[in-house]
Amino acid sequence: MSDELVFASAAATARRIKAREVSAREVTDAFLARIEARDGALGAYLAVDAAGARARADAIDAAVARGDEVGPLGGVPVGVKDVIVTEGLVTTAASKILDGWVPPYDATAVARLRAAGAVILGKLNCDEFAMGSSNERSGYRPCVNPWDPTRVPGGSSGGSAAAVAAGLAAATLGTDTGGSIRQPAALCGVVGLKPTYGRVSRWGAIAFASSLDQIGPLARTVEDAALLLEAIAGLDPRDSTSVDAPAPGLRAALGQGASGLKVGLPKEYFEGAIDPEIAASVRAAGDALVAAGAELREVSLPHTKYALPTYYIVAPAEASSNLARYDGVRYGHRAAARDLGDLYARTRAEGFGPEVKRRIMIGTYALRAGYYDAYYKKAQQVRALIKRDFDRAFEQVDVLLTPTTPAPAFAIGSKATPIDMYLADVFTLACNLAGIPGLVVPSGATAAGLPIGAQLLGKPLDEATLVRAGKVIEDALGGTRRPPAWTTGGAA
Amino acid sequence: MQLTREEVAEIAQLARLALGDAELDALRVDLVAILDHVAALGEVDTTGVEPMTHAVPTVLRLRDDRVEPSLPVEVALADAPVVREGGFEVPAIIKAG
Repeated sequence: MSDELVFASAAATARRIKAREVSAREVTDAFLARIEARDGALGAYLAVDAAGARARADAIDAAVARGDEVGPLGGVPVGVKDVIVTEGLVTTAASKILDGWVPPYDATAVARLRAAGAVILGKLNCDEFAMGSSNERSGYRPCVNPWDPTRVPGGSSGGSAAAVAAGLAAATLGTDTGGSIRQPAALCGVVGLKPTYGRVSRWGAIAFASSLDQIGPLARTVEDAALLLEAIAGLDPRDSTSVDAPAPGLRAALGQGASGLKVGLPKEYFEGAIDPEIAASVRAAGDALVAAGAELREVSLPHTKYALPTYYIVAPAEASSNLARYDGVRYGHRAAARDLGDLYARTRAEGFGPEVKRRIMIGTYALRAGYYDAYYKKAQQVRALIKRDFDRAFEQVDVLLTPTTPAPAFAIGSKATPIDMYLADVFTLACNLAGIPGLVVPSGATAAGLPIGAQLLGKPLDEATLVRAGKVIEDALGGTRRPPAWTTGGAA
Repeated sequence: MQLTREEVAEIAQLARLALGDAELDALRVDLVAILDHVAALGEVDTTGVEPMTHAVPTVLRLRDDRVEPSLPVEVALADAPVVREGGFEVPAIIKAG
């Protein structure tokens, strides 16, 4: 019975609560009981706020009983990636350097989710400071893939994807700097939406690479992803990069079909090392769009191969600057030290994990005196060329269809070097560099049963076309499925 | 490319990271591999290309010049490792001689 509550879409749950077919408290209790019983084996949560969630659910039920408006997400239990701050609820960015930190304020996206009626269940596991593609770089504990516990859920928003897939949250927030929403969504078989840069306020998103970071939803359905984005999008005076473009009515695009839609297949995304089962699955998504009246066209994005090297200058450079704030003075871990310089260096050496140190070191190297033009400026110039490739492609087509990852979920511990790990994001990085929106929709599974996701990339601020095309793929190919081990009767 | 242990140690100092020899050696190998990989950007002709700033054309927006509430001192200090007389306490800034 509780399977039906925890695997329902957020939209359906909100409707049922409003119609008083089920109470917000019953739904919240079903998720909390499941987290209690099963998250030990999954590792999706770093903190659970059972008391806060129950109190909030009771308040929603009381509002429904009074006939008050409870918002489009009224009573829907959601989880929040641990790099997004939550007032009064411990937030660590999965790093020991922020161990035990309790933020005094809510991120704008969290405040907007609450205003839309959502119930916050807790904080979700991820790679430390969102740096990673497997969730193996969490400073606390690994999270595993609900489809195969010997494999990674992807990253960095691994907990956000795994929780949705396993029925431990109705929907979640993640962040995406180079693929961190879309890659785990693909590997866990759920929907993930990375909005246009600036669409969602970054206020309260713990900064990794400020020109790339964006908050977005992971959900069971395209409709749910649209519903969450509608709730969190829009201008925020506290984030000067936020764009005055709220997204009301995004769900109106759901029923528009694909008739007349021009879909581009960028040839560079199909040329390199790509698993044949993934290529076939993306082609199936293309066929679904054609069957619904779309037209497919090959396009070229000639600077695609430079996305990875560009990213690994821009992101670490910005990270090395952003992470300078963790110095043991105002919050988080503090090392024992003789003097202030020693305090900084020891605190940071003890508090940061190996991948974070690696990226701070690359970024410090690239930004040091005399190196700026050769590295950061050069990368920002190549980035402009990558963006120009997309601008030109979007003169010919409305939306691009690509694989999300070169391979399905990989085995824990199988990526031997940093570059091996970075290559897991080779198809998702360019979207962040260009600042365009991207949507991942389940498009099937490998013969071994591992999920595959198709990626749609759109024009800036045109999430509506992504939702429109994504819904067609979802309807044709079956959308999010339930991992057998996580349904009633499955292995506990 | 080449990078010596001393250069890696210098970067670590700039990054305010107190790293041991083993960590420096491991990072030296990783940094060389990553810097070799990003060297591919040298192939791209970027003459006259303006560095990218934002995905959506924007002008820098000024916020209204209005006083907003700020955090009370005790809230701002609540997570501090060491607090003294309404401020963050730190060890000596001047190295003990």
